[in-house]
Amino acid sequence: MPSTDQPPTLSAPPPLLDVEGLSVSFGSLNILNGVSFRLAPGETLGIVGESGSGKSMTALALMRLLPRGGRVTATRLQLAGEDILSASESRLESLRGARMGMIFQEPMTALNPVLTVGEQIAETARRHLNVSRAESRNRAIEALRRVGIPSPEQRIDDYPHHMSGGMRQRVMIAMALICQPQLLIADEPTTALDVTIQAQILDLMLDLQDEYHMGIIFISHDLGVVSAFTDRVMIMYLGQVLEEATANDIFTHPRHPYTEALLASIPELEGEPTRLNAIRGTVPPIHDLPPGCRFAPRCDHMRPVCETARPMLIPVGADHSAACIRNTDYRFP
Amino acid sequence: MTGTPDPLLSVRGLRKEFLTGSSGGLKKRRRILAVDDISFDIGVGETLGLVGESGCGKTTTGRLILRLVEPTAGSVTFDGTDILSLPPAEMRALRRRMQIVFQDPFGSLNPRMTVGELIVEPLVVHGVGDPVTRERKLRDLLDRVGLSIWQAGRFPHEMSGGQRQRVCIARALALAPALLVLDEAVSALDVSVQAQTLNLLSDLRRDLGLTYLFISHDLGVVHHISDRVAVMYLGQIVEIGARRAIFEAPAHPYTQALLNSVPSARKGRKSFFTIEGDVPSPANPPPGCRFHTRCPIAVAQCRTDPPRLRALADGREVSCHLAKAPPKGASP
Repeated sequence: MPSTDQPPTLSAPPPLLDVEGLSVSFGSLNILNGVSFRLAPGETLGIVGESGSGKSMTALALMRLLPRGGRVTATRLQLAGEDILSASESRLESLRGARMGMIFQEPMTALNPVLTVGEQIAETARRHLNVSRAESRNRAIEALRRVGIPSPEQRIDDYPHHMSGGMRQRVMIAMALICQPQLLIADEPTTALDVTIQAQILDLMLDLQDEYHMGIIFISHDLGVVSAFTDRVMIMYLGQVLEEATANDIFTHPRHPYTEALLASIPELEGEPTRLNAIRGTVPPIHDLPPGCRFAPRCDHMRPVCETARPMLIPVGADHSAACIRNTDYRFP
Repeated sequence: MTGTPDPLLSVRGLRKEFLTGSSGGLKKRRRILAVDDISFDIGVGETLGLVGESGCGKTTTGRLILRLVEPTAGSVTFDGTDILSLPPAEMRALRRRMQIVFQDPFGSLNPRMTVGELIVEPLVVHGVGDPVTRERKLRDLLDRVGLSIWQAGRFPHEMSGGQRQRVCIARALALAPALLVLDEAVSALDVSVQAQTLNLLSDLRRDLGLTYLFISHDLGVVHHISDRVAVMYLGQIVEIGARRAIFEAPAHPYTQALLNSVPSARKGRKSFFTIEGDVPSPANPPPGCRFHTRCPIAVAQCRTDPPRLRALADGREVSCHLAKAPPKGASP
């Protein structure tokens, strides 16, 4: 796996998150293949992909929260210089929550329905911050206020089902951020929300990032949200990274045919609608992967070589990599 | 009014009240006005997009039109026939001409039936044709929706989400309907498959002269497929008009807020215009204009006096005391 990164100079602080060659397998199925990236404090990395791309699996692997039977391997997996791959389960438990927080698509399934939201936030505070019961409640009220819940002194005793979807997602954010983690992993955090509520939550996350300077990994299938919210973007397909660049670059000058095709698939909000350039076919099942480039069977630029040779992620410009043979000096026969 | 010359579908004063909870329980039952006095027309071959956030009543509206849910009040006229007064047998016959496609193709397909059986089932139920003509019809339908004949022997779970949605569309087309209600029909699909399905729907509309009521929360998709657009909020239509008018110069503050809230891959900006607050409960809607609690420009009149839909100079209708027709060439 070639890396586009320069080795860190001696004076540079380690990146918040340093991932190289991250892979996940279940038995003989490789569902994540050699994912590499770095994330600086205060930076937001978007991970984009369709179903089965491995974007959520990447998040779970980072938190070491894989379902049973999943095996994680990596050349490097470090959070602020600390190796996560070899960390003990008890160390991981204290890292999760204290140093890395996570929010999911559906807060209803992540919140305990029989505990009040205040009890759940306060419990997280007590576990990681070693504060008293009364102090943890105060902190929970403050956290709810910070995420924009009106009259938090009253709402703290509500149960999750008393709240709207948007309010529940605010509670999840309050809980994830109660210990001011350095890293926030957000997996489709606004997908289940209405568009006006989504805008509120994204604004809130930007404010909180400014305030706490946390790194965010933002996983989404929604290219519009990702382009507006993130600094860098990784496009994933069938467990591999096909392209990585700054958000601006990747959406204005995509270099991988899959990224181009995805962008052409989105209906526009303006202008006269024209026929969409749909990608033909469907994502193949993970147990029946094409032998060469995984996107080849659906690619408009496919050459015979693509059916056998798997392209590597290589630099195609400043701070921009793509895994497509089109970008190499290979001469097509 | 909401007029279209010679409409295929004409809806007037449609209302639906639901009661919450169970009768005889401890909780007091509450009345929810899911759809509150809405009117619109859809012309032959036209696509009306019905857009709004959760709980706005768009899904209920689609079901009321097919009488899958019985309206509390109002009228629905389909091709000149008042369908709310039809006896059940005649309604069943009329349903051949109005079909619905839902969001979740898995939930609406019997998992024990093959794709071929599922597609011809409506023909069997309505007693149309014999086995030979049904077989021919099946081939034609599979071809129309882009599936191969060998897939007829498969079961729904052996197909991808996009293929299952094609099966649902083929099934809906089996009885040669005039009107298709598409309720979030592409919302569960990945973006590449969504694009394929939208192209398919456009082709079918052109080739078969279909009329669509396209219900969706996704503004980009609604912009793509609709000729006219109706925006709903808390059971009411707040703005309705030609696609261009609505998207290029929305007149209702809610339509403006909706459009401004959509992040776009082409705009690529790092701030999100938002309106405050959540949608109020439909069991207890605000008095006056239902949007006034979140409206950035509300005045005293909006808190007490419910606005009615009125036509602006450019023909679109808007339900807002303050909305004015945008100047020519204006954009949001």
